[in-house]
Amino acid sequence: MNPVAEAPAIRRPAPPAPAAHGGDDAHGGHHEPESFWRRYVFSTDHKMIAKQYLFTGVFMALVGGFLAQLMRVQLASPGAEIPGMGAMHAGQYNTYVTMHGTTMIFWVAMPLLLGAFGNFLIPLMIGAKDMAFPRLNMLSYWTFALSTVVLLGSFFVPGGASPVGWTAYPPLSANPQYSGNVWGVHLWILAVALEMVAFLMGGINYITTAINLRAPGMRMKDLPLILWMQIVASVIFLFSAGPLVAGAVMLLLDRTAGTGFYNPAAGGDPLLFQHLFWFFGHPEVYVLLLPGLGIVAEILPVFSRKPVFGYKMILWSTIATGLLSFVVWAHHQFVSGIDPRLAAPFSLTTILISVPVAVTLFSFIATLWKGSIEFTTAMLFALGMIAVFLIGGVTGILNGSAAADIYIHDTYFVVAHFHYALIPPVFFGFFAGIYYWYPKMFGRMMNETLGKLHFWGTTIFVNVTFLPMFVMGLRGYPRRVYDPTQFSSLGDMTLMQILATVGTAGLLLSQVPLLINFFGSLRWGKVAGPNPWRANTLEWAAPSPPPHGNFAAQPSVYRWPYEYSAPGRAEDWHPQHLPSGAAAEGSRS
Amino acid sequence: MPDWLPVAASTYAKDIDGLIWLITAIVGVWFVIAEVVLFYLIFRYRRRAGVKPEYVDGSRKKQIAWILVPCAAILACDLVIDAASARVWDEMKLTNPKPHMTVRVDGRQWAWDLTNPGPDRVLDTSDDITLLNELHVPAGEVVRFELRSRDTLHSLWVPELRLKQDAVPGRTFRGWFEATRPGEYGILCAELCGVAHGVMKGTLIVHESSGYENWLRSAQAQAPAAAAPAPATAPATAPATVPATAPAGGSVAR
Ligand code: HEM
Ligand SMILES: [Cu+2]
Ligand SMILES: [Cu+2]
Repeated sequence: MNPVAEAPAIRRPAPPAPAAHGGDDAHGGHHEPESFWRRYVFSTDHKMIAKQYLFTGVFMALVGGFLAQLMRVQLASPGAEIPGMGAMHAGQYNTYVTMHGTTMIFWVAMPLLLGAFGNFLIPLMIGAKDMAFPRLNMLSYWTFALSTVVLLGSFFVPGGASPVGWTAYPPLSANPQYSGNVWGVHLWILAVALEMVAFLMGGINYITTAINLRAPGMRMKDLPLILWMQIVASVIFLFSAGPLVAGAVMLLLDRTAGTGFYNPAAGGDPLLFQHLFWFFGHPEVYVLLLPGLGIVAEILPVFSRKPVFGYKMILWSTIATGLLSFVVWAHHQFVSGIDPRLAAPFSLTTILISVPVAVTLFSFIATLWKGSIEFTTAMLFALGMIAVFLIGGVTGILNGSAAADIYIHDTYFVVAHFHYALIPPVFFGFFAGIYYWYPKMFGRMMNETLGKLHFWGTTIFVNVTFLPMFVMGLRGYPRRVYDPTQFSSLGDMTLMQILATVGTAGLLLSQVPLLINFFGSLRWGKVAGPNPWRANTLEWAAPSPPPHGNFAAQPSVYRWPYEYSAPGRAEDWHPQHLPSGAAAEGSRS
Repeated sequence: MPDWLPVAASTYAKDIDGLIWLITAIVGVWFVIAEVVLFYLIFRYRRRAGVKPEYVDGSRKKQIAWILVPCAAILACDLVIDAASARVWDEMKLTNPKPHMTVRVDGRQWAWDLTNPGPDRVLDTSDDITLLNELHVPAGEVVRFELRSRDTLHSLWVPELRLKQDAVPGRTFRGWFEATRPGEYGILCAELCGVAHGVMKGTLIVHESSGYENWLRSAQAQAPAAAAPAPATAPATAPATVPATAPAGGSVAR
């Protein structure tokens, strides 16, 4: 009747004695009290590094959001005086677009989803004491911190920050004469290169750790899905980053050393950069999507008290998505002048990605079937992620069709589409993860009322902001333009512009409850106890927050992570580390 | 429903529109199904006292089929979309209808130099008419264009014609359109090309065929010598002189 519930205990060998792993001497034996610097700044503890990524990412999200708000004010009332800044001019707008996009992708999404959750969860969820290479991990964060300083510093150099778009297409980016900007673009390239290096070090660490440091008895197929998604995302990143870094180096050489990789007059080709950029850039969106989906995959079972539906299907579709993402890049170039015969194959691969992504989403939806759904804030954001991401997913098919893309490429339709594809994993996923793992990170519960306020505000205003952009895009409004009054021939879009701007303000204001909740709960939150959600995965076997070294005793793993409501058990959860027959210790405190 | 798309003013515009609506209809159906099922399950299985969840892990064949059968249907829809899309694409990009004339479009920071071949319909002859940000073509005739850039990337974007094509320095792109509806349409730039990208605009004037002949004659009469073609040998001289504050209206560089 129920093969899954008991079988693992039978086929699993007696766990070996805890191996002496953990990778770093710092974790052997007892711990000396650490100095402030060792503990909070140059820490090798994955949890502290996760928090460093978390706080840096949140800070940069505020920067990126502020830039978005500036652009939105300009678009709704062109030429308006912004208090303290005066009226915006075209060059500034281009800088804000560029820095907003760059910041959100590289300095918000990456540090929050991979830097913070990857670092925090990977060792804890596999029962390890730390990452495989704790010092490399520290170097990764500090390289990232340096890149952040370089990026922010570029605002203050003569000429200001880069105005050439987050895609940095040459010749505009390669030739200061065309962009009117020397130092901003130099520093942009440097910052992006450093950031990539930081996450390459991180990725190597994630993959090695998840594969090598698993607790005794933990097979790859006992890994929580979020770890699979982090692994696949890291692998995608490792394989795609090389071409971009190479492209960026050539760009820097074109700018500084007089080479002509992208200069047609010197025998180069501007399209080369586009290929290198999107060979990285498209897989990159899956690098961001997968960890977001992973967070949802952990939360749905816990708050519907049911196993995740179709673990293996989700796993294989994740891998298929990752592989396919390497052969779709030219869909960004349908109108760029590539050979028109390439359109059909790239259209095909692009649109086919809908199949594995649908497998994952449908499996998530099916997880709810016959569940018992509790609407915690974490669960609301996880469900919201699915509901909102569907909009981004289906509109992608329009972009994927080469012929339809001729019309919508580089219009606001694309802007709306990619925000609907990125905000669910990056913001909804991140928020869901914060509400869910905050008790583990900080030992206290967050406030649910503030959380729900945050959820509804965010969800409503995301749509108020971005739905109007689809309408503008279908009218033909091009993106990256600072003065929409230029396009009166396309119809009056004032209402849409104002809606989108009001939506953005609402969206930013909706983050206030989160900030209050986050910092207030550090102090006033209810003490969480080790396992407040009655969840199965290993991080909940550690104290909250886990001490340096994580677990009091090395846990062993006896089953897969999604054993909820198994028939014949008194409790409706069955932690991975509990031998069969033992009752779960600790319940909702 | 309001007019979502601008008027369709070229032969392939209606094909692209048809494709956009076909895809919207197909993905719209899937979207609605997915959202309805999602919200139904959320509502139906909300936590209620005394109702126990069931252990369903989706590993049995029948359960897997619940996912894979709809996904196979999605695959079929994908192929339909791909086929429809390829048909429109091929018509636009891989066919080569016999042109009435060829015009030349040169993008530069931040204007379009637009060259009409003149009465002899042959480019690079003395009767060529080169205008700044203004192009005249007859309706109902196939017009070929040669698209070039003198400096950065630009993108020739005429929403009503559903025509968009990047201009890449170092390359000449050849394409065609057939305008069907006389009128004036904006020529926009759809690729970030520097500080005044947002105001790089021209006008496409589509004439009835008699109107076009009239225009040709008057253009000839007005400026027989003004046809001095903006030579293609002037790459990128403008930029550095442009003020950081682009004027709010009209075209910038000239
Ligand atoms: C607070 C919510 C956000 C708002 C209101 C917002 C708004 C905008 C606006 C107005 C633009 C400029 C459109 C244009 O002129 O072409 C833009 C561009 C962009 N945004 Fe956002 N955005 C938000 C969040 C995000 C997030 C979370 C991401 C990614 C994770 C993101 C990534 C981008 C990118 C890549 C661009 C393109 C930049 C470029 O064209 O170079 N945005 N956004
Ligand atoms: Cu892509
Ligand atoms: Cu432009």
